[in-house]
Amino acid sequence: MSTPERIGTIREAINEALHEEMRRDPNIILMGEDVGLAGGIFKITNGLLKEFGPNRVYDTPIAEAGIVGLAVGAAMTGLRPVVEIMFSDFTTLASDQIVNQAAKLRYMTAGQCKVPLVIRTAMGAGRRAAAQHSQSLQVWYAHIPGLKVVMPSTPEDAKGLLKSAIRDDNPVIFLEDKMTYNNKGPIPEGDYTIPLGVGRVHRQGDDATIVCTSSMLYPSLEAAERLAQEGIQVEVIDPRTISPLDDELLIQSAIKTGKVVVVDEGYQSFGVTAEIAARIMQGAFDYLDEPVRRIGAADVPLPFAPSLEDLTIPSADQIYRTVKDMQAKMYTAAVAAA
Amino acid sequence: MIPEVSTKQPDRGDKAGLFDIHRLPDELYLEFFRRMVLIRKFEETVYDVYSRGIMPGLAHLYTGEEAVAVGVCLTLDTADTITSTHRGHGHLLAKGGDPRRMFAELLGKESGYNRGKGGSMHIVDMSLGILGANGVVAGGLGIAAGAALSAKVKGEKRISVAFFGDGALNEGLFYETANMASLWKLPLVYVMENNQYGEYTAVSRSTAGSGPRRAEAMGIPAEKVDGNDVLAVYEAAHWAVQRARAGEGPSFIECATYRWRGHHMGDQGDTYGYRTQAEVEEWMNRCPVTRQRNYIIQNEIAPAEALDAIERDTQAQIDQAVEFAKEAAYTNPEEVYKDVYA
Repeated sequence: MSTPERIGTIREAINEALHEEMRRDPNIILMGEDVGLAGGIFKITNGLLKEFGPNRVYDTPIAEAGIVGLAVGAAMTGLRPVVEIMFSDFTTLASDQIVNQAAKLRYMTAGQCKVPLVIRTAMGAGRRAAAQHSQSLQVWYAHIPGLKVVMPSTPEDAKGLLKSAIRDDNPVIFLEDKMTYNNKGPIPEGDYTIPLGVGRVHRQGDDATIVCTSSMLYPSLEAAERLAQEGIQVEVIDPRTISPLDDELLIQSAIKTGKVVVVDEGYQSFGVTAEIAARIMQGAFDYLDEPVRRIGAADVPLPFAPSLEDLTIPSADQIYRTVKDMQAKMYTAAVAAA
Repeated sequence: MIPEVSTKQPDRGDKAGLFDIHRLPDELYLEFFRRMVLIRKFEETVYDVYSRGIMPGLAHLYTGEEAVAVGVCLTLDTADTITSTHRGHGHLLAKGGDPRRMFAELLGKESGYNRGKGGSMHIVDMSLGILGANGVVAGGLGIAAGAALSAKVKGEKRISVAFFGDGALNEGLFYETANMASLWKLPLVYVMENNQYGEYTAVSRSTAGSGPRRAEAMGIPAEKVDGNDVLAVYEAAHWAVQRARAGEGPSFIECATYRWRGHHMGDQGDTYGYRTQAEVEEWMNRCPVTRQRNYIIQNEIAPAEALDAIERDTQAQIDQAVEFAKEAAYTNPEEVYKDVYA
């Protein structure tokens, strides 16, 4: 069954999802810095103020804790707020509201209330924006029970996942990699949703598995293509949401290939890659040829200079070399055994 | 030293003379007394139960501050919402909270408001518009402003009240949310309970300027009242609530009061040495419950015997609530994994 679709950018996909959802449900409101008149710093929310008016689209002061605080109260009392925090680095200013209020209210009250809230925020390095505008803090929020964490990588996923996030009755952190806003791909028309917690296999293969989140899909696919030219068939999987995480999909692929590399743009130490690697090793230990490899951002504050920043972000070449190294080790071991 | 309480009334413009606080229905004066007694008996019973080691966790008692919660909540409808603080029992009871389910929550029982998953600092009753006590200082201020925003967006007539302490006045969240509430004329009433201490630090050592002046700087009309006088609190709250209902935006009321007990149950006697017994006694002589009792007797609204009966009946009600809570079952272990997600 095919859904009609057109080719567009991630920016257009998110904008379309917001328009469609706000038309569908009058309880959805939009709040954030410059999201109304200016259409958002990344122009994601263009046209929404014009269509839905100031009672549903709020240009807020620069006050991240206050914005999320209001959104939590509004969500408890019948609205479904969608908040934009300009850069994910600034979610730290709202972290009490996210971690101590939004995430816990349902549990603390034994289900007496719900907090249907989406916090959209731009993450990721590569924009030469330095240490306070470039971080990938997904693991902070994935660590907290009560939150869901979504990381779309394609226009199709961005649209389908955002619609599901808005319809979800829980607080959802929706991380958009700012370097992918112009990436193009098919955008399904109309009421297209993707369940949260279901990963996507972008490329099938038997020789190794690359698990990659958000924009890391692109260097991973590039590495997979180079490896394919050398006869190494790599499976590339994007979990799409890291909380909930589609463990089973990742474990089954690991059982099939025996070799796994996990790539995420957050810091490597205590990062998303660590959790995914641990779950795969617990679920597929007997089938693995060697320990799961991890590639994250270098454990440094992100530097500004392009020549320096490039050294800190996972690259296609690094992914390619990691898979090659695993293959070489296997070969060496096989020769030694013979 | 007891800070001076201003009795100066603000200019209420056209709203002046809406009602005469000394010509309310007799039943209302009695209801002020009943609810203050309910809070007093509840809190002193918590003190007793906690001291006997029956109650786990933390307890922050409201004894001495009863007039604030009661004076404000008696201006509200059930649909109106309140947010409270870590010292929240009084607000909940004033808004109609059930003492039995509250005590069951304090003891961690299945029949508690939150099935034992919240405890003293997190009791919620959505059906009564109680959006919760909150364990983080200023934690309720975002929720309160958000509830006011949703009322405005949805065109509902309910208003929102934020109770918070003098300590929360120095949290950034107050300024971030009050600014938006004022800009967008949200139906919101800020009730600052100045009980003279943020934990163990006197307001004079923690707070430059004053709450009302800070609110006024954001375009929010503000006044300061004697928080031990339930009639003064009611009068001010009535004014603020009318403004909110009329779409005129938020108001701010500072209620000067005092907590008789420590910051929490571990703060007894001279443990932290931040205030004198003489000061505590001076404030106890200005007891808000006794004050209302005297008002009722002096104005011949009811005789002393009737008020004694209210006190006895209320103590019996609280004792029954404690028995109910003690006999209630502990929460089923399966509950620990429920309600993480909706």
